[in-house]
Amino acid sequence: MKRIMMVALTCSVLAACSSTPTAEQEGAGVEDRNAKPAQPAKPAASKAATKPAVEKAVTGNPLKDPANILSKRSVFFDLDSNIVKDEFKPVVSAHSRYLQQNRGVKITIQGHADERGSREYNLALGQRRADAVKQAMQLLGVQASQIETISYGEEKPKATGQGEAAWAENRRADIAYPND
Amino acid sequence: MTLNFLSGLRSPQSLFYRTLMLVLILLAALSFPALAQLRIEVIGAGATQIPVAIVPFQAEAGLAQQLTPVVAADLERSGLFRLIDAGGVNPVPHEPEQVDYAQWRARGAEALVIGSVVKAPDGRHEIRFRVLDVTRQTQLTGYAYFAADSQLRLTAHKIADMVYERLTGDPGVFATRIAYVVKRGARFELHVADADGHGSQSILSSDEPIISPAWAPDGTRLAYVSFEQKKPIVYVQSLITGGRRAVAGFYGSNSSPAWSPDGRRLAVTLTRDGGSQIYLINADGSGAPQRITRSSAIDTEANFSPDGQSILFTSDRGGGPQIYRMPAEGGPAQRVTFEGNYNVSPRHSPDGKSFTFIQRANGRFNVGIYDIATRQLQILTDGGIDESPTFAPNGKMILYASRTRGRGILASVSSDGRTKYRLTADTGDVREPAWGPIIRK
Repeated sequence: MKRIMMVALTCSVLAACSSTPTAEQEGAGVEDRNAKPAQPAKPAASKAATKPAVEKAVTGNPLKDPANILSKRSVFFDLDSNIVKDEFKPVVSAHSRYLQQNRGVKITIQGHADERGSREYNLALGQRRADAVKQAMQLLGVQASQIETISYGEEKPKATGQGEAAWAENRRADIAYPND
Repeated sequence: MTLNFLSGLRSPQSLFYRTLMLVLILLAALSFPALAQLRIEVIGAGATQIPVAIVPFQAEAGLAQQLTPVVAADLERSGLFRLIDAGGVNPVPHEPEQVDYAQWRARGAEALVIGSVVKAPDGRHEIRFRVLDVTRQTQLTGYAYFAADSQLRLTAHKIADMVYERLTGDPGVFATRIAYVVKRGARFELHVADADGHGSQSILSSDEPIISPAWAPDGTRLAYVSFEQKKPIVYVQSLITGGRRAVAGFYGSNSSPAWSPDGRRLAVTLTRDGGSQIYLINADGSGAPQRITRSSAIDTEANFSPDGQSILFTSDRGGGPQIYRMPAEGGPAQRVTFEGNYNVSPRHSPDGKSFTFIQRANGRFNVGIYDIATRQLQILTDGGIDESPTFAPNGKMILYASRTRGRGILASVSSDGRTKYRLTADTGDVREPAWGPIIRK
């Protein structure tokens, strides 16, 4: 909890498009469009970096706080690989810790695949990615009963179109909480 | 598009004009409830074609739906027939005794189709037709159908089936139906249409994806995978009542339904025990799933052999996805495909002697056919983005999904690779085809 407060204290206010998981850069100065205020005390549409003292009033949901690593929900995979890369271990760790501290919360991990090839085989590939993230979380102590893994295969791409850029975005597993 | 195909025909002026008229009539017919329909474009024809002349039936001009244009289009689309000009004959023959065989021989016809339509006492149409052998001057077959207005198109397909069967020896599939998924914007629909793309009906409409439709062997039900509950679940829906049941909605993902030949069970892919594995379930969803694969790999895309004894499936237990065969109740699996590192989506032919599949080579995905006895395979397409092959129930054509100019379409190729046609929707992407069975009534 203290660590979350530290993160909140030291970041600027960011845009809060929290319903779709996006690989946003932490700390980027994004304009406050579509702000879903997680901090009730703040007035809307503030772009300015605020003083730490004001930020102390933040008591919102860390899962939706764009300044919080928990708002990052996607783990991206290399082609033909189910290995959770090092760069995503902090995200997996953060969610694992949250689930251990909130044992009543259940998540769904949704696997995805790029659009090349058989839809059913891609459904299974997406499933494998979701399972890889679940396994990583279990190794960190999360109970299996808190996680259901499913797959969307190639059916709900985040990036449409052909080419490696789009394909890379769709090779991922998303962590979804009940009230997303 | 269709007019472009016409200019490629080598034919005399009058045949060109007649065929043009035929196609324009077809286009006009096809443009009514246009949104629901798939449009056909024939691309290639078979090697040997039987020359057949189809004479407009007596009194068909006044019908709500003309018959001979549909018969002609069906036979031409099969790639096995060449239509002979049937115009400019006086008198127009509707009965055998009216036929001047010499005239038809001179035009190059080997078979002649004639017929008539009269009003039956109960108000329906009585449609009589005969298929005549021009060389031997005998009748090959003849039949009469009774049809209401709404059944005229189906009757024309049945006539085409009879002509096809009598002249080729194989059952026709013109009176069958296909299922497919249409995506328009954010909306998904599961459609059932005639095999020529006409008369499509939406049987499921959803904001979430629909994949893997599969026909029950008796043609009365469709199994499919829907994501409407935010995860993949297998449903079985009756085409007669519209009612449906979720037959596999277990923990994890549920997908890839395949019917046993007796229509009582489905093979499905479940992840309830961790990992994608194949299970047998009752088609009514009762009872517990019976697991039939036991690997730590991906096992999916099960497909029963027509005799119900074995199952082909996709597995990457060897490293990359290949096609394997196992006994229908589970047991040791034998690898079947060895060429290349990606072979998926196996579907048995109706006679069980071959199967169609998708092979990836050099990053391109194409439809292949594999002969089980000889172990020879042939790649039938070169689209490079082909998927979901499904056999026609007479084993002569394979329908599959592809893309052209950025849009999802269906395409069909004959099992020898020579005859091709495409089915496109007016708007949206078409994908996931499944060819329904021949229904004998």
